Amino acid sequence: MKVAYWPGCVSRGFTPELHGSMAKIAPLLDIELVELDRASCCGAGVIAEHNQELADTLNARTFALAQAEMANGAELMMNICSTCQGAQSECQERLDSNTEYRDHVNETLAADDLRYERGITNKHFLWLMVEEIGLDAIKARVERPLTHLRVGPFYGCYIVRPTDRLGISRDSPRDTYLHLLIEALGGTVVDYAGQYKCCGFPIITMNKEVSLKQAGRHLGDAIDAEADCLVTPCPLCHLNLDLQQPLAERAAGRALGMPVLHLPQLVGLAFGLGPKELGLARHVVKPTSVIDWSTSVVGSVAAT
Amino acid sequence: MGRYTLKLRRYSPESGEAAYWEDFTIELDGKRSVLDGILQARDEQDGTIGIRCSCRAAICGSCGVRINGRPALACHTHLDKAQETSRQGGEIVVEPMGNMPVLKDLIVDMDAVHWTKIQRVTPWLLPDGDPPEREYVVPPDSMIDVTQTMACIQCGACVSDCLSMEVDPLFIGPAALAKAYRFVGDPRDGQRFERLRDLAEDPHGIYDCTHCFNCIEACPKGVAPMSQIMRLRRISSADYEIEDRNNGYRHEHAFVENIEKNGILHEADLLPDSYGGKFHPRAVPELLDSLPVIVRALQRRKVTPGKALRSGFKAPKDVKRIFERVHDREERFELNLYVVGQEEEEFEGSAGQSASADAAGGQLPEERSPNR
Repeated sequence: MKVAYWPGCVSRGFTPELHGSMAKIAPLLDIELVELDRASCCGAGVIAEHNQELADTLNARTFALAQAEMANGAELMMNICSTCQGAQSECQERLDSNTEYRDHVNETLAADDLRYERGITNKHFLWLMVEEIGLDAIKARVERPLTHLRVGPFYGCYIVRPTDRLGISRDSPRDTYLHLLIEALGGTVVDYAGQYKCCGFPIITMNKEVSLKQAGRHLGDAIDAEADCLVTPCPLCHLNLDLQQPLAERAAGRALGMPVLHLPQLVGLAFGLGPKELGLARHVVKPTSVIDWSTSVVGSVAAT
Repeated sequence: MGRYTLKLRRYSPESGEAAYWEDFTIELDGKRSVLDGILQARDEQDGTIGIRCSCRAAICGSCGVRINGRPALACHTHLDKAQETSRQGGEIVVEPMGNMPVLKDLIVDMDAVHWTKIQRVTPWLLPDGDPPEREYVVPPDSMIDVTQTMACIQCGACVSDCLSMEVDPLFIGPAALAKAYRFVGDPRDGQRFERLRDLAEDPHGIYDCTHCFNCIEACPKGVAPMSQIMRLRRISSADYEIEDRNNGYRHEHAFVENIEKNGILHEADLLPDSYGGKFHPRAVPELLDSLPVIVRALQRRKVTPGKALRSGFKAPKDVKRIFERVHDREERFELNLYVVGQEEEEFEGSAGQSASADAAGGQLPEERSPNR
């Protein structure tokens, strides 16, 4: 399937391995990525906090660019960042529920011949895998099941709350998709206290200690639940959980050393790709418990 | 009539015994509330069960508890729905709210946390000058904006699940900050600037919120406390230009300017700029503190020195024009779905996204349906 692909900022900035690993696994899933390279930052909630209409207009522009691709055969818009999903869904909710407001925003876009039509489908890669590709099809592609690998899902905030805005209900259990996916890849799900909590990243420049304490606590909880690694659909969570982990250790007052994988990396490992090509060498916390580097075979410490 | 099992967390601090779980089987219609179930168990099986309640109609805010791990009003949760959302094979797990000490069983100490924080924000009107001879005359339009915060019934559900408060008990928190906006947004108040400066300068104030959305999800009345915190930030930083010591103002402005310049975020600039710029005295200790992380990121080739110094992206012209047209305009436009509501017309989002707002115009939202 062809998708209008919005990689976001962080996946091309401080977590280049996310964008890279997505590009590696897309062909294995028959996904053609048409990159929205002219689109702008979703605002991550900060632009909306500063000026709501500015955030809504920037995202309406992104949606309009995606819709132009959709007129050329892309089936939907896809993103790989929970924060983008959440921030864009919030803007979309306002744009879609008020014609007058949408017209007002479209007036701004009209100067550059762009127009957002209500009701774009914008799905995170996680949702796309479960809803468009299907878990059975994913299972069928697994070359190297993640047997014995104990994976803790770290959903973060933006992809699970608020439930009504994100289309989460009993019939649409998007807040369980990481669980389902880990199982489909042959891994073992580890439930732990922090799996739906906040990584703390948004306040890292405002209250560093509180921010890092959040990250440190969840990583510690995952260690206590005997997870080998975490997987997250959000590169901003990855920044606080992986990049900042040495400082989170200090805030938590305990040694951590918990590897954190991006979603496409976990999928890629199970599909038989090598850890290096998935960018696992670029993590601050080396995923040694996930990968036996000498043979590049996936397996937990306990299993080796 | 249905049979339901309530698993209640029992705890009496003064007994010296540890907390424990106790199951009660009750018989009631599924459309009766979890509170009705608890009261039946208390009346018929164990008179020592501690639960606080009064109106039984989602008005008084007394019976806030956690049901199946999520904060809710016991009187506003149907037994059949609660059974459906159980994560323990149909057992309805009821425990006291979080972030507050337990007094007994399901009763928490609201004074110690919630009310103390409410007091912290000066929760009364501070008008300028002498009061008018008769009542204050206020145009209705100017008050609509604060009606959302006035819907708060002080149940503490948002306080219970605030994730910043979980690690920072001093955080003023969602309920009290929503209350603060009730007065900052009131046209009669004469001390908006002082209120905002106080909340912006407090290290545990408006910039301590991580936008985790837990309070929006928790609130049974659609107050959306986090949205009110964002309004406080917006007014503080954009209207009053309060440059706080927590870098809230600087971070917000640095972020917006970063996007205006680069189109997408260039993180290597954002971090130092949030402290006032790479060479600002404030930024230096921060950068030194983060040195181990920076070195590690360079070692692992997460970031290359060239990329750290210069963004490879430049904002397209039409993005710049959006900034000119929207951002540089005097008037700021804000759409509050709580106030304007959803359009009547039925709309089925193809993404499966429900068309209902996070705060459904003053009505009680449906009970949330967790799947975990």
